[in-house]
Amino acid sequence: MEPNTEIELRLLIEAIYLKYSYDFRDYSGASIKRRVQHALSQFECATISALQEKVLHDPTAFMQLLQLLTIPVSEMFRDPSHFLAIRQEVVPLLKTYPSIKIWIAGCSTGEEVYSMAILLREEGLLDRTIIYATDINPRSLEKAKQGIFSMENVRAYTANYQQAGGQRSFADYYTAAYGYAIFDKSLCENVTFADHSLATDSVFSETQLISCRNVLIYFNKKLQDRAFGLFHESLCHRGFLVLGSKETLDFSSYASQFVPLVKQERIYRKS
Amino acid sequence: MNGAVDLPRVEAIVVGASAGGVEALLTLLSPLREGFLLPIIVVLHLPDERRSQLAEVFTRRLALPVVEAVDKQDISAGTVYFATPGYHLSVEQDRSLSLSLEDRLHHSRPSIDYLFESAADVYGPALAAVLLTGANHDGARGLAQVKRLGGLTIVQDPADAQVSTMPTAALKMHQPDHILPIHGIGRLLVELERIAC
Repeated sequence: MEPNTEIELRLLIEAIYLKYSYDFRDYSGASIKRRVQHALSQFECATISALQEKVLHDPTAFMQLLQLLTIPVSEMFRDPSHFLAIRQEVVPLLKTYPSIKIWIAGCSTGEEVYSMAILLREEGLLDRTIIYATDINPRSLEKAKQGIFSMENVRAYTANYQQAGGQRSFADYYTAAYGYAIFDKSLCENVTFADHSLATDSVFSETQLISCRNVLIYFNKKLQDRAFGLFHESLCHRGFLVLGSKETLDFSSYASQFVPLVKQERIYRKS
Repeated sequence: MNGAVDLPRVEAIVVGASAGGVEALLTLLSPLREGFLLPIIVVLHLPDERRSQLAEVFTRRLALPVVEAVDKQDISAGTVYFATPGYHLSVEQDRSLSLSLEDRLHHSRPSIDYLFESAADVYGPALAAVLLTGANHDGARGLAQVKRLGGLTIVQDPADAQVSTMPTAALKMHQPDHILPIHGIGRLLVELERIAC
């Protein structure tokens, strides 16, 4: 990397941490560098130092930058075979618990939350489940709470839902209006949306299942290990950990403390 | 070849290919024998319906071990890594691979530019970047960045490429160290490995 870029990038990330307590210091370097460079053009800053000065003195500008640093790319029932595997392999075991707590870590704008809630309702588990949906981005959490998604996307989600073993018409779960789908509020009755950072916060509850999908790819190995440590601490004995389809525990120091239940779908159990 | 004596000592090879890329990559990589020690990291754009066969096709036809890149995997000598369809692939400072889901670039995810730029940041002058056939403009910017950081750049001769758009776009942006037909690039890789290992 050009020496100045490397220095400026580290200083910006340090400044953000010192000023706003958002900790990107152990994020994967390549992606964070690209997002900062993208931000330079959005903010019309010639250098990362100029961007640093701007966000250090202007919390509104920082909130804008945060939207560019976090990646709200998500869809409902993303990787349908993953949700099918949860339905077939995990749900029968979850049914043995009188009450269930689920943590969706890095829930972004809520697509994973609604997917999980719909699946649990169809399996008769939603009423005895509490879902904690956490993210570091307050705007994403606000969107997640609202549960309003563009109809254009919902059409793609409908195909995913069906492939994931959905039992009803996907349209039963939302009301369409003005090009948007407003999801059934009752899906979120037992959902708590909360600000939580896998980089700086600690465990807040014992859980039976943790879903953290396409979040850990943005962390370096050290931060991934911190997150796996939190998950290990939070999960009950034999609790479930589900990851994104290209994420793995294999390179983590926690590898030996989980066993794959459906390896292909990245579904693990605490051993 | 413009004189093997001028070749630098590289530690990794990155390759980008799009339309026509499967054939070009098979031609390029199948002559490499077991024991070839440089890691080769490949972004190949594929239409959705061909995605699942990728690693399979190449495993059958290459002497080298072929894997689909996994997040946080260390880069090992003599292995061919293919970017996972649907994810960008980058090289990290600790010489591991990382995946990400940023927006598509040139309508593509994985993006050749992102692989080349991140690999250039890590390997600098010890990187060789190869851009092959394709129908879009991905890779041109990445190749220029590899050059800026001292790496070796190689573009498939547009006249030799099944689809010349991508190599032509790259040639408009910068003058690579070598413009060669696919067989010439293959010989160059063998030579690079001989010098490096």
